[in-house]
Amino acid sequence: MSATPNASPTVQLLSPAGVFAPSEAAAEFLPYLDRLTEADHRRFYRDMVVIRRFDKEAANLQRQGQLALWVPSHGQEAAQVGSAYAARPQDHIFPSYREHVVGMIRGLDLVDILRMLRGVTLGGWTPEDHGNFHLYTLVLASQTLHATGYAMGMQLDGSTATGNPETDQAVIVYYGDGASSQGDANEALVFAASYQTPQVFFLQNNHWAISVPVTRQSRTPLYLRAGGFGIPGTQVDGNDVLASYAVTAKHLDDARAGKGPALIEALTYRVGAHTTADDPTKYRDPDELAYWVARDPIVRFRAYLQGLGVEQEFLDAVDEEAEDNAADVRRRALEIHSPEKNVIFDNVYAEPHPRVQEQEAWLGRYEASFEGGDA
Amino acid sequence: MSDTIVSAAHAAPASGTAVTPAGPETASLPMTKALNAGLRKAMQDNPKVLLMGEDIGPLGGVFRVTEGLYAEFGDKRVLDTPLAESGIIGTAIGLALRGFRPVCEIQFDGFVFPGFDQITSQLSRMRNRHEGQVIMPVVIRIPYGGHIGSIEHHQESPEAYFAHTPGLRVVSPSNPHDAYWMMQEAIASDDPIIFFEPKSRYWPKGEVNLGTSGAPLHASRVVRTGTDVTVLGHGAMVSVLLQAAELAAAEGISIEVIDLRSISPVDYGPILASVEKTGHLVVAQEAHGFVSVGSEIAATVMEKAFYLLEAPVLRVSGFDTPFPPAAVETHFLPSPDRVLEAVDRALAY
Repeated sequence: MSATPNASPTVQLLSPAGVFAPSEAAAEFLPYLDRLTEADHRRFYRDMVVIRRFDKEAANLQRQGQLALWVPSHGQEAAQVGSAYAARPQDHIFPSYREHVVGMIRGLDLVDILRMLRGVTLGGWTPEDHGNFHLYTLVLASQTLHATGYAMGMQLDGSTATGNPETDQAVIVYYGDGASSQGDANEALVFAASYQTPQVFFLQNNHWAISVPVTRQSRTPLYLRAGGFGIPGTQVDGNDVLASYAVTAKHLDDARAGKGPALIEALTYRVGAHTTADDPTKYRDPDELAYWVARDPIVRFRAYLQGLGVEQEFLDAVDEEAEDNAADVRRRALEIHSPEKNVIFDNVYAEPHPRVQEQEAWLGRYEASFEGGDA
Repeated sequence: MSDTIVSAAHAAPASGTAVTPAGPETASLPMTKALNAGLRKAMQDNPKVLLMGEDIGPLGGVFRVTEGLYAEFGDKRVLDTPLAESGIIGTAIGLALRGFRPVCEIQFDGFVFPGFDQITSQLSRMRNRHEGQVIMPVVIRIPYGGHIGSIEHHQESPEAYFAHTPGLRVVSPSNPHDAYWMMQEAIASDDPIIFFEPKSRYWPKGEVNLGTSGAPLHASRVVRTGTDVTVLGHGAMVSVLLQAAELAAAEGISIEVIDLRSISPVDYGPILASVEKTGHLVVAQEAHGFVSVGSEIAATVMEKAFYLLEAPVLRVSGFDTPFPPAAVETHFLPSPDRVLEAVDRALAY
């Protein structure tokens, strides 16, 4: 954090003030920016603003007793938006549980995320119908292995590395600095390196695993661990949406082309609490928070767009859209209906199972026995 | 009792390939070869079936169950994996999501626990979490049990942990014929199946009927008829029970032996029918007795057949201690005599 940007190993394209000033490490990623149009820039900005306002609304819903829990993404918008747009439609995305905007970009209705946090489902959506955005996984790093197995499957069924970038597939899996300590995350890297899977590990280093700082997880910058597994590793300024896009685009392209997996460490910050059950004032230095708030990804990108001459009307329209979206999400969240009790028993097994069938029948009889009584 | 639910997939031999009448209908095979033949058949029938595990490729597994399959099907169907059980199970889940039907080999019973979280928190719940939108046709093969004089973590019977977990099915063949068919039926199932292979029964040969299975995957089966006491068990315990029945017969006691075959779900039909006849039940297992498969069956039979019983259901189990050094394993493992001691107690009520 104390190093000057240009000497740092971190890929950065935009300074915190929103000035286009690529770091030395950014050189090989610059060509990927050519793919972006002005409309893409506007979409990046719009999505970051919309998701932050959504995030606030969801936290409010939790405070009002409408959600069991909320998992804020405030501060991590650039890492998530940039990386999500680098994925192609045919790619598969395995999130952790904080990647709300990635789901939105892949076509997921944000209310579907709230369904799980409102306690009406353990999942919430069908990945194949929502941009191959797989379900949230709550046991940290478990999904890294599912992603690696899925990527192995792409190799085995010949859906990758054919030379056609329009159809070749890859996987991107999201996890964090806390999850990087899990055995599963490391086993996933071993398997991915061993089989050279078409896969990007996107590690959002938001500096805190609930109350424990990243320094407890690792004595080395996390992207350097990639070298130990024998795969490329890149550290990117995760609060720089353009850098996050460019780095991920390159590594996903390489993955689809058969060049194997890579690890991206996106340096960002969990500005909010871990969840609505957390109180970061008990363990975090206010100065550290202020440092990162001054590097806010949305403020930075807005300054960049304004420097390019994007009109105020657009920025205002985005704010209005974000307000409208938050209101719409709130209205529809309150309309989420509870499931019937049969969901307890449905889909535990694919094939009939006598114990589950007997217990479902028993519950039906038991509850029916109260009907008409004084219960 | 709605005990035995037989799906269409299990009602018939797992493949549509009829055995030609001219060909051999039976073969005498050890369980390792029967499992090998079952795996080969499943791989021939469905290109999505693949094997994963440690040392299962050119070596053919430490017990040689996969011998020859690497040479026959290649490294895209038989995957020697890195040495990490959670990695094996976790990537198998991803492969199943992709449409494959992975069969994972865990090298020994005591080595499954590094993969326990992926099995119980992920594999078992994937379909439920996806609200029925995915299937999880993953088979996890685990050589298990004692009687082989081996070192720590190589002789254990951890089946209760998995039977306790909703979303899993747990089975264990006791003989080569069942091993051949149950392996194919397990692979054909769309649910995750923990397949416990009794390694002390790996080597004795048995007759395998290659033409017909004779029972669905989750059926229990009477393997010796008798009238005085019912004894039941699974895996390697079945041969101990048959020895006990033979010894008892010489003393004029008629024991009916039931091979459980399926640990979850349990097929109570044959068990209750047998208890109705004998009025006595002894449940035997190598596993620790506390909170075990035997405890569960004892409780359920007492609930369902209290008035048919002339004595409490008795359990014969491994002790509630770590599996001991092999030098004293015969004192730990239920023997025919320990089974008969329980039979005598049941009859004395």
